[in-house]
Amino acid sequence: MARKISYRQAINEALVQEMERDENVIVLGEDNAGGEGAPGERDAWGGVLGVTKGLYERFPGRVLDTPISESAFVGAAIGAATAGKRPVVELMFIDFMGVCFDQIYNQAAKFRYMFGGNAITPVVIRTMYGAGLRAAAQHSQALYSVFTHIPGLKVVLPATPYDAKGLLIQAIRDNDPVIFCEHKALYDTVGDVPVESYAIPFGEASIVRSGGDVSIVALGRMVAVASEAATELAGAGVDAEVIDLRTTSPMDTDTVLESVEKTGRLVVVDEAPPRCNIATDVAALVASQGFEHLQAPVQMVTAPHTPVPFSAALEDLYIPDPSRVVAAVKLAMEKGS
Amino acid sequence: MSDTLEHRSAEPAELSADQLLDAYRRMRTIRAFEDRVHEEFATGDIPGFVHLYAGEEASAVGICMHLDDGDTIASTHRGHGHCIAKGVDPKPMMAEIFGRRTGTCHGKGGSMHIADLSKGMLGANGIVGAGAPLACGRALAAKLAGNGEVCVVFFGDGASNQGTTLEALNLASVWQLPVIFVAENNGYAETTASSWSVAADNIADRADGFGMPGVIVDGFDFFAVWEVAREAVTRARRGDGPTLMEVKLTRYYGHFEGDQQTYRGDEVERARRDFDCLKWFRTRVTTNGMLDAAALDTIDAEAAALIDDAVAEARSAPLPGREDLETDVYATY
Repeated sequence: MARKISYRQAINEALVQEMERDENVIVLGEDNAGGEGAPGERDAWGGVLGVTKGLYERFPGRVLDTPISESAFVGAAIGAATAGKRPVVELMFIDFMGVCFDQIYNQAAKFRYMFGGNAITPVVIRTMYGAGLRAAAQHSQALYSVFTHIPGLKVVLPATPYDAKGLLIQAIRDNDPVIFCEHKALYDTVGDVPVESYAIPFGEASIVRSGGDVSIVALGRMVAVASEAATELAGAGVDAEVIDLRTTSPMDTDTVLESVEKTGRLVVVDEAPPRCNIATDVAALVASQGFEHLQAPVQMVTAPHTPVPFSAALEDLYIPDPSRVVAAVKLAMEKGS
Repeated sequence: MSDTLEHRSAEPAELSADQLLDAYRRMRTIRAFEDRVHEEFATGDIPGFVHLYAGEEASAVGICMHLDDGDTIASTHRGHGHCIAKGVDPKPMMAEIFGRRTGTCHGKGGSMHIADLSKGMLGANGIVGAGAPLACGRALAAKLAGNGEVCVVFFGDGASNQGTTLEALNLASVWQLPVIFVAENNGYAETTASSWSVAADNIADRADGFGMPGVIVDGFDFFAVWEVAREAVTRARRGDGPTLMEVKLTRYYGHFEGDQQTYRGDEVERARRDFDCLKWFRTRVTTNGMLDAAALDTIDAEAAALIDDAVAEARSAPLPGREDLETDVYATY
């Protein structure tokens, strides 16, 4: 049975259901309950944006607040994962990867391969990314492509409440380290989510809208932007297919290539800056493996090559919006036709 | 327990009347600025994350009173007070917080990233613990230049647990850098109590392990902060290396605007009543006859007027536009 809940609630529900199912699942991070050592309310925050609220009371001893010591507690989660726990550790903002990156990319990402397949590291690093909350240059970045670059890490970007729940459950059950990227502007979005537990396999893109004229590949918050553009394009007689990658590592290359084979045109929408991002990666994939199907150059809609600006007037220009996607699709439709 | 130094509080008479008035003006301006940002934020017109310094004024001012234009400070996400104490103009600061083109950073930085290099204010910082290594670099440059300049890094009890901070403490001592590490312990890293998260009795106790003096300071007493900072700055200028000051204080507002502070019980009310560095300062300088209350009242009124003007100007200032989006980067694509 499905009912409408928010992206935030969907993540919380996935944690609850997995913690009930498997006592090895533990949750840790800065203020994940809140109020440790303080005289007032315990579980005061449930994480900085309330995503883990209520877990502390429900699972005594399994929800840990931490000092502000990301290298120490992300590293500890990774260490606990090698000892049979299934930690879900919160890196509050993806921008903070810099203060703990060694533990992620030189340690967690390497163990399985480097130790000849003799180790698993079933840790989930939940982290908040993306622009739109006027959170400025050090709290707004879309850094998932950095993690996607690292062999050994799986990278997940749910775009809907449904996917947030199913992908997080899969992430917790997965035996590899997973970077679970939650867009901070999506937490209050609402959608149909089944009550029961379910897992969405990694590496399976979702065709959000079928169409025959152009393939729009998007991820994370950009899926809704692409869908809105597709609706507008439909009114202009352009039948766009919208693909949500869901996971960038592993990436569902087949679905992308099959779509481009059908439509002959590709637009990729990525909230990250334009160099070495997921848009360039998808463009390279299609250029190398689906070139014969392309009837026009690939169009990429990305953020500019700048840090994320603070002022609302600038940030609104920074984030790709439906009008830019529409313009890119029209360009793709004009060329080669 | 280490031999963490206890300290005395300076006598007001050790400062001139002009210095006392200057100190009070800086503290009062910070308080007025922060109280007003709190009100303006509630209107919904200030975007993003805003962390207020009200309650902590004696720390920034007691320390920055010893700094010259060439000296520098590295700050935190709670940086407005450090900026004002170091001489940054509150008007472009307010404009920055409102995201205006006339702001200190032309609207590109916001509350968490206000910087004014012309005043030696190296930047507020959104990354907990990021300031200390940068301060070491600034101090290294000063040491190599032999110019006697010092760098102060302000950080919180939360940042005192970051590897970056601990590594910087060690490096500063190894290189005998002219850095003053100021741990502003307001009791909370967001919601988490420092009495829990700091696994030592005091942050200052850690100084022992890094071969530098560690001093605990009452952050509600301007004269105590001023006295300890005088020693630390003198020591750094002399080439005798870094000092770790732990300033114990409180914040009146939440971690950020919007934080209801349910984890704190009733302690905020008590702190506002019993621990107010401005009230203490006023009492001390008027009781001993150094200043009369009317002079302080005048400063109160002038600070309030300044902040009124700052808000009015910020609200009417232009927003940045598309032509600003891709400036200040070396290349665009």
